[in-house]
Amino acid sequence: MGACGGCGSKCGKQRGVIRLGVDASRLDYLVALAGNPNTGKSTIFNALTGLKQHTGNWPGKTVTRAEGMFEHQRKRFKLIDLPGTYSLLSTTVDEEIARDFLLFGQPDVTIVVLDATCLERNLNLALQVVEITDRVVVCLNLMDEAQRKGICINDRRLSVDLGVPVVPCAARHKVGLDELVRTTHEIASGALTAHPRHVAANHGTMEAVDELVPMIQSMMPGMPSVRWVAMRLLEGDKRIRQALQTGELLQLAAALASRKVQQPQTLAQAKLVPA
Amino acid sequence: MNTDVIDPGHLAGRDTESCLTKADALRDQLGSSLHDNLVAALYEEAAAIAEHATTQHGLRWSGFDQKIDRIVTSRWLGFPIMLALLTFVFWLTIKGANYPSAMIGDALFWLHDRLEAGMKAVGAPWWLTGFLVHGVYRGLAWVVAVMLPPMLIFFPIFTILEDLGYLPRVAFNLDRLFKSVGAHGKQSLTMAMGFGCNAAGVIACRVIDSPRERLIAIITNNFAPCNGRWPTLIMLASLFVAAALPPAYSALAAAGSVVGVTLFGALVMFAVSWGLSRTALKGEASTFTLELPPYRKPQILKTLYTSIIDRTLLVLWRAVVMAAPAGGLCWLLANLTFEGRSLMEIFSGWLNPFGHALGLDGVILLAYIVAIPANEIVVPTILMAYMSKGMMVELDSMAELKQVFVTHGWTPMTAVCLMLFSLLHNPCSTTIMTIFKETRSAKWTIVASLLPLIIAVIVCFAVASLWRMAAGH
Repeated sequence: MGACGGCGSKCGKQRGVIRLGVDASRLDYLVALAGNPNTGKSTIFNALTGLKQHTGNWPGKTVTRAEGMFEHQRKRFKLIDLPGTYSLLSTTVDEEIARDFLLFGQPDVTIVVLDATCLERNLNLALQVVEITDRVVVCLNLMDEAQRKGICINDRRLSVDLGVPVVPCAARHKVGLDELVRTTHEIASGALTAHPRHVAANHGTMEAVDELVPMIQSMMPGMPSVRWVAMRLLEGDKRIRQALQTGELLQLAAALASRKVQQPQTLAQAKLVPA
Repeated sequence: MNTDVIDPGHLAGRDTESCLTKADALRDQLGSSLHDNLVAALYEEAAAIAEHATTQHGLRWSGFDQKIDRIVTSRWLGFPIMLALLTFVFWLTIKGANYPSAMIGDALFWLHDRLEAGMKAVGAPWWLTGFLVHGVYRGLAWVVAVMLPPMLIFFPIFTILEDLGYLPRVAFNLDRLFKSVGAHGKQSLTMAMGFGCNAAGVIACRVIDSPRERLIAIITNNFAPCNGRWPTLIMLASLFVAAALPPAYSALAAAGSVVGVTLFGALVMFAVSWGLSRTALKGEASTFTLELPPYRKPQILKTLYTSIIDRTLLVLWRAVVMAAPAGGLCWLLANLTFEGRSLMEIFSGWLNPFGHALGLDGVILLAYIVAIPANEIVVPTILMAYMSKGMMVELDSMAELKQVFVTHGWTPMTAVCLMLFSLLHNPCSTTIMTIFKETRSAKWTIVASLLPLIIAVIVCFAVASLWRMAAGH
């Protein structure tokens, strides 16, 4: 807990976190905040960056991505507050903004914010995110609410089951945010490596993915999230298929990787899908 | 960080085709149910992990949440509860604002007299005292005394309702109505945002994917009265509706009339949405899922802080910044004369016949023109215009404030027409700019600005004419 010592995260102040607002003059790590709607992503974003995104008990407030900066142990982090999504398989514009960023924006760490009061539904998204990237920290938020409702969550057991670090938080009371930042930093720097559990696909499917991956790689060198793309092709995802054919999937990946994303770009907005 | 260079130009069509052919072949082997199987596996896994990590003590709260939801979103009780709650909020605001309003008014006008005496003591010329004290200061004092207390009560309560999670339930209740007029159900959310600020409401329309439905939501957002207009509505209701009744019912009646005006705004919103979706913006309503978030314990202290700092002071500051020059302008208009008549008399004289037809008067219309940058200052501007005509009124209670209006010919009809005009008229300049930014279309910005104004004129004209007919004038 560093300088904060015994008082832990309960002291209510984030020691060692310097809020930088929108000052993006130098950037060491890119961190994405993902999660279901109304789990407190914007509250965490505001607490860490010192910015004032509108918060409220209201799903769908974060319409586009918000970006902000904070500093921790002399490293500067850019935090991206993504719109809330229930899954990465869906088709709405806000879900696509979140999905495309996780797939092709290549954040150094993705913080998946879970609502501790309805863990099961929130875990669906977490499991989909770890399919895309290993560099995940799970923030188990709203622990105070869960406690009030008599829900007790064993965060260590959850961490073992998921194979990624789990940090219990009550972001509205600034509890656990220190630990969250520290863990995020460790994943970003490589001091800590996660080994996420992947949803078991049958043997045949894995073999098929292994066969497709080199083909996609030779077709598009440097393309991130190749296994995910291969999986979607095997599932018969028409949009991804079309995006590959027209080359716009690759353009999107290039755009997101090179600019570290200024504008929200989605497959839908790139006119891949007939409206 | 991945530093590989990606070159879109590299893409070779042949490679893609062979890759896709391979993928198709593999997919045939695996069977078409792969997607469903994967999703099912995902859900099972999530359930198992959640089960393994969670233990539940005592009663299940989610069941409790659902029970409340069944009541507040039910077909029969949903609307009555919504209206009762809204009425209660306004009742509390109007009832509670009386005392601090009087106290603040006393204090500020005590200072007014000291300032006047001070100016005299230092030998300031009459026009400087007039401009600064009678024009600017008096205007500001009224803004603060009349607007601050209701805002201090109304905004925190509204924010607590938002924090608690009630607003999405309101949206849920209204969803069916919006769909039936061919608009998007999420428009109810943007309307709720508009109750705070129409510019924010217009930005919130981004949650609506279909461009057609988004335009409808943007154009009609203005019919949700915003922070700048609530104080006007509440003040008129307290002065003219509440005062007309015995004290026991007065606050409730005033609250009821504000709710009535709000409902009328919603009705106009539905009507205009319906009209647009049948004519210029034809199409089917799209479907969506609206999640009802769990109820959360509101953070009272944080709510108080944000609603006082972010909302009350912001609105008040905007009003003060805008009202000060408006107050000065009013004083100038009232005291610069042309051929023996003040400019104010001349201008408002031109507007008078038109204003009269709408149940208002020339000064009110002039105030609305001055107040295009900020709706907050309409009433203060009217007051300053009336008071700057040189007649000295000792203003230290709400009753005497009403007296100023009555001596200028206001009747309950004037108050009702002004409430309707305030509800329906064109959006403020900030909102108009936001509409242009969001739509990128001059045409739709003009429609969104002029359509409400035209509706306001028609409605006020109709109400005033009917009222006069009924009264036998």
